[in-house]
Amino acid sequence: MNFLSFADFIAMGNHGVYVWTSYGISLAVLILNVALPVLARRRYLQDEARRLRREESK
Amino acid sequence: MNWTWFHKLGSPKWFYEISGRWLPWLAWAAVLLVSVGVVWGLAFAPEDYQQGNSFRIIYIHVPAAFLAQSIYVMLAVAGVVGLVWKMKLADVALQQAAPIGAWMTFIALLTGAVWGKPTWGAWWVWDARLTSMLILLFLYFGIIALGQAISNRDSAAKACAVLAIVGVVNIPIIKYSVEWWNTLHQPATFTVTEKPAMPIEMWLPLLVMVIGFYCFFTVVLLMRMRLEVLRRESRASWVKNEVKALVGNNS
Repeated sequence: MNFLSFADFIAMGNHGVYVWTSYGISLAVLILNVALPVLARRRYLQDEARRLRREESK
Repeated sequence: MNWTWFHKLGSPKWFYEISGRWLPWLAWAAVLLVSVGVVWGLAFAPEDYQQGNSFRIIYIHVPAAFLAQSIYVMLAVAGVVGLVWKMKLADVALQQAAPIGAWMTFIALLTGAVWGKPTWGAWWVWDARLTSMLILLFLYFGIIALGQAISNRDSAAKACAVLAIVGVVNIPIIKYSVEWWNTLHQPATFTVTEKPAMPIEMWLPLLVMVIGFYCFFTVVLLMRMRLEVLRRESRASWVKNEVKALVGNNS
């Protein structure tokens, strides 16, 4: 461990703001990149399910 | 030489099956490598004697910048494959990788700006490396916009492939910008031919992060491509069966 305490770790030697902004925004972008295709797939399958039901009821 | 694997690669059905088998493994590898790399880089790597702790931004900046350039090269390769062999899957890969590449370029530029403030005293300078990376972002935007603007799928595929191939000249410019011009940006951290310029305890977590980011990209790309294959091949009987099976599981 490179840091003496947790507060030390958060402070990052006065560079905390920069380090945590970078990591925070990057993490958000990574999550977004996973979430978008997952949601798109779910939406597509829901649409297909509706379409299949319509075709069956005809 | 046996080329059956190459033709199989062009088959959406084969791609869908094999990628479904690989996806969970790649996803676990990505999660594991990125988590290990982040904790290692943030908490355990020693601080830089000049830059202090702000140097820890390197652990996302460099992998993202690496990916941003690799993905663009991949687009160009997919473009060539699509134009020469008329492989449908190449266009799927090209269209689906472009937004991920744009996001990676965005991360590289943003973390670079945030890192530049404490290190250079400026968020942004118009120097060669930064400007060529910004051009890369616009190239990605161009490909995405072109793909969406042309409604005929074959014309869109051709136009995007050509733009991807032409734009690839920017990649060596980015790569050598730190050597050809006087820039604020530090030279490459990773070199194949020389020993790493940083101590091993700083360099290893970076290596882990780079591999983790590549795994992450593969996972997201496969997820996007699989959905796009289902959409484009929706009239094929195997897709109909697959969608029925998936819908049955969901409801």
